[in-house]
Amino acid sequence: MTETPITRAARGTPPTVARKIKGLSDRAIAWIFVGPTIFLLLAVNIFPLIWTINLSFTNFRANRPNREVEYVGLRNYERILTDTDIWLNMQATAHFLFWTIVLQVLIGFTLAYLINKKFKGNDLWTTIIVLPMMLSPAVVGNFWKFLYQPQIGLFNYIVAFFTGKDPSSFEMLGQVNLAPWSIVIVDTWMWTPFVMLICLAGLRSIPDYIYEAAEIDRASKWRQFWTITVPMVMPFLMLAVLFRGIENFKMFDLVVQLTGGGPGSTTELTSINLKREAFEKWRTGYASAYAIILFVTVFGLASIYVKALNKVKER
Amino acid sequence: MKYSKLTAVSALSLATAGFGASAQAEDLTLCWAAWDPANALVELSKEFEAQSGHTMNFEFIPWPNFADRMLNELNSGGNLCDLLIGDSQWIGGGAENGHYVKLNDFFDAEGISMGDFADATVYAYSTWPKGSENYYALPAMGDANGWFYRKDWFERDDIRAAFQEATGRELAEPKTQKELLEIAQFFQEREIDGQTVYGAAIFTERGSEGITMGVTGALYPWGFKYENTPGSYDMEGAVNSPEAVEALEFYKEFYETATPPGYTNSYMGESLDAFKSGQVAMAMNWFAFFPGLYADPNTGGDKIDFFVNPPQNQAGSTLGGQGISVVAYSDKQDAALEYIKWFADPEVQQKWWDLGGYSAHNAVLESPTFKDSAPFAGDFLEAMGAVQDFWQEPAYAELLLAMQKRIHDYVVADQGTAKEALDKLIEDWTETFEDEGKL
Repeated sequence: MTETPITRAARGTPPTVARKIKGLSDRAIAWIFVGPTIFLLLAVNIFPLIWTINLSFTNFRANRPNREVEYVGLRNYERILTDTDIWLNMQATAHFLFWTIVLQVLIGFTLAYLINKKFKGNDLWTTIIVLPMMLSPAVVGNFWKFLYQPQIGLFNYIVAFFTGKDPSSFEMLGQVNLAPWSIVIVDTWMWTPFVMLICLAGLRSIPDYIYEAAEIDRASKWRQFWTITVPMVMPFLMLAVLFRGIENFKMFDLVVQLTGGGPGSTTELTSINLKREAFEKWRTGYASAYAIILFVTVFGLASIYVKALNKVKER
Repeated sequence: MKYSKLTAVSALSLATAGFGASAQAEDLTLCWAAWDPANALVELSKEFEAQSGHTMNFEFIPWPNFADRMLNELNSGGNLCDLLIGDSQWIGGGAENGHYVKLNDFFDAEGISMGDFADATVYAYSTWPKGSENYYALPAMGDANGWFYRKDWFERDDIRAAFQEATGRELAEPKTQKELLEIAQFFQEREIDGQTVYGAAIFTERGSEGITMGVTGALYPWGFKYENTPGSYDMEGAVNSPEAVEALEFYKEFYETATPPGYTNSYMGESLDAFKSGQVAMAMNWFAFFPGLYADPNTGGDKIDFFVNPPQNQAGSTLGGQGISVVAYSDKQDAALEYIKWFADPEVQQKWWDLGGYSAHNAVLESPTFKDSAPFAGDFLEAMGAVQDFWQEPAYAELLLAMQKRIHDYVVADQGTAKEALDKLIEDWTETFEDEGKL
């Protein structure tokens, strides 16, 4: 008889267990295996989601368990969607999301392209470049706060060196026009290596013979780049964008450390605002509606994006 | 509420049973903020451990996370803390949500009189509803927002002459808020001993309570009121009065013209750092830090002096400080109450002040030697005579966060006008009180 994983598993099953499951159908055995996973999924994902949806139609406050809970219909949703401050938080999130992804993709791909070339010290440089993403966001946030310090911060001195400006004449974290960029810079510094690694995997998956065939056809390097490299790395790149997009939509720790959402509410991303509503103001019903709106937004955008990704893969 | 009554009854029965001979030694945990007075309390509590046989453990949380951490603990019914020195604004929520044990019966049984403590502290730290005689805490740590300055700079002839020339008056402790700003502006970007120094460190922190605690230091002296009539929640014309608008504009001008660069998200720690590093001539902070500042080898001693938050239209200081409560979820309430009984003793209160804590006991405050017992003692007494506190409603966190946002948006982010900021604040607060069913 041919040896297969199933026969190997059957042979490895202890006789006592084998006796017990002998009379069970394949479907029943399948349920025994899948059941715990489904139970866990229902308990830790689906039930909380349904519960949150339920809470979003109430005025429940988790810090007032004894208070009578009233169903308020769509009032929480209406309040959120008509609140201009929340739309400003959405704008801040969109700005952060857009620019971090653009910069990380551009720089990450460029770094991957350079690192992919064979040169001395290649591995060392790769290790050095990926160091930032290994650090804790709290640590990164704290030391960038020092770097941005107007009087002693290295960042201000570097900018001053190149522009001739007084280092203490601008405040990256304190000025309304600069603070949104300060968080973009830090996130880009920290997470570009992640995009670079994914792009590197894409670049290394391109077989050499394709380039060799292009060389034989006398295709220029420029042409090779646009007709071979970019299309073949594109699915990897899109995957990196998906990961970074979802992550940055939920961005919290790094920005809280850097600016606390300030100055004013300039860098108060939706996740920071949501946390304040849920766990500082304790407006649980309202915060649940807020979370559902954000969930639907991310889920909707991610679904559209995954469809586009699949189309690119099929090409 | 039933649960609170039960705990109060059990507290009374335990109290009447007598604590002198403890049935068993307990491991008590006291929760508070991590700051200088907490260290003094650890020292003080050693005496309680020796007397009672109980062991004291301490859970001290850094200020920026203190409210978050402790309110989560209380809201989840956690029993991490047997005793909690909670912020004054938590008293409403602590009482109404059943987090704190009501102490009236215990006080009666043990002969602890609230009349023995300073009125302002009893009102602010112990009672709910305000002005009632329902006590949920014993005043533990009196505190207010005050000022300290570089006395050595203020006494230098060259600086005094320059100030005289610039303003036409003597350089001295400010008598009004406007004088305070004038002095801060004078020092702003001034060269002293080859270093550029700045006017003053004020509170601008966004995340917890910083900028609210700072700006109220200007609002109260201008005559700011939360309501037209106490208890009415009628805020229009009070919160956004012309005086309030002027005070808010003043604070913004202070921030823009007299603070160090990058001072956009600063609270207690940053204020202390700025002063101790010789960066600023003056700084605002809580009296609780003053013993440590005075003892500092570099900027303390002869180099430092203190003053009360200056008046403008009236005297007014932002209230700090806390009361000590027994947590309703603790299963060691008898030992916790024993600690409170011990702590209320006048002799212990005197030691508390001697170690660097701010006693609110009249026996300490009214002692003829009190004013001269520390360079800031007289200022403390004066400040406590004109303190005002933020809302102490159960929804205080929501009210506070709204104010943090509106004030930071205006003062630091330079958005809109002072009147608009205060109008929006009234809208936010109205919505909160409507949700609470109070409007």
